Amino acid sequence: MMSVRSVKRAAAGFAALALTAAPAFAQDGGAGLPQLDTNSFATQIFWLAVTFVALYLLMSRIALPRVRDVLEERDRRIADDLEKAEKLKEEAEAVLAEYEKALADARSQAQAAMAEATEKANAEAAKRQQALADTLAAQVAEAETRIGAAKREALENVRQVAVEVSREATLRLIGGDIAEADAAKAVDAALKESA
Amino acid sequence: MASGPLEQFQIKPIIPIQVGDLDLSFTQSSLMMTIAVVLVTGFLTLAMRGHTLVPSRLQSMAELSYEFIAGMIRDSVGPEGRKYFPFVFSLFMFILLGNLLGMIPYSFTYTSHIIVTFTLAFAVFVIVTIIALVRHKLHFFSYFFPEGAPIYMAPLLIPIEILSYLARPVSLSIRLFANMMAGHTMMKVFALFTISLGVFGVAPLAINVALTAFEILVAVLQAYVFTILTCLYLRDAIHLH
Repeated sequence: MMSVRSVKRAAAGFAALALTAAPAFAQDGGAGLPQLDTNSFATQIFWLAVTFVALYLLMSRIALPRVRDVLEERDRRIADDLEKAEKLKEEAEAVLAEYEKALADARSQAQAAMAEATEKANAEAAKRQQALADTLAAQVAEAETRIGAAKREALENVRQVAVEVSREATLRLIGGDIAEADAAKAVDAALKESA
Repeated sequence: MASGPLEQFQIKPIIPIQVGDLDLSFTQSSLMMTIAVVLVTGFLTLAMRGHTLVPSRLQSMAELSYEFIAGMIRDSVGPEGRKYFPFVFSLFMFILLGNLLGMIPYSFTYTSHIIVTFTLAFAVFVIVTIIALVRHKLHFFSYFFPEGAPIYMAPLLIPIEILSYLARPVSLSIRLFANMMAGHTMMKVFALFTISLGVFGVAPLAINVALTAFEILVAVLQAYVFTILTCLYLRDAIHLH
């Protein structure tokens, strides 16, 4: 700016030189600078005041508020839009988080269900095995009791037969009938001896 | 045709008006001022007519001019300067249009008259001084003694400061007036050379072409200088030092 001003100053000096050097062009009749003609001052000041005040009023009342309104409206809209975008972004992030949570939930639920099913199946298998084992054990026990009973019965029969045989034998050998109770006692003692 | 280079500055009445002893004729200078007001107002209202959110070309120009002056005030005066925005904006537009309209051949540059620029500068001076007095009351006069200067310098510093303060409207008005007048005079001188030199007039014509571009730069620059200095004076008035 400084350089422009100094160029300007030089130019003004040159213009003044040109003015003095070219009096042939000057036909002002020695009236001097029109700018220094005080007769024109009143009208210039008057119309300057009128037009400038008019411009000031037009600018401050009508033109500038309109520009300001538009600029403010735009700033507000931009701020609004940014805010809205921010909100939407947050919403989207919330939805994403929710979705991921749901996915994780589903996954863990599936795993839980699977574990439960496995456990249930294992339990079922164990139960069945247990039941089978119980049945088998019961059958074994029953069979054992049956065998025991049969054995006892067989033994009883053997004793009975021994008692009768011993009475018969006694009868035949010595002709003496012995009481059944004595025979049984003798058989029992013999059985106890052999046992 | 063979008019002097200063004849262009002659004030010519269009509608003679006489009020008492005062000649308040509507002159070609008044006409150019009126045209400037109409153009600025028309430009801004026309540009903002649609007031769309996404501006048209004309609307962005209007918004740009608004933002330019608003930014200038914000940077050099601060937030307190907002109140004076319409005044500074009007001042800039009035001077800019005066300077630029003067570049149209056969028109008139009202800013090439010292009385016009001085009235504007004096108005700025008075407004700024009133603002300073209202804001700071008597404390305003401390402005004439720079803070931190040794007290024994006061007899020297205070007259200098007062003088430089009073010189503001003078330098402000003469800067604009002299630039406008010198530019237009120079262009007229070269134009007259062009005519009188015949075939060789091509050389001054070429100079005039360059001068025209230069003068448009000066027209914008001087409007800017006047406005930014007004802003700086406003800042002094509001913040004192």
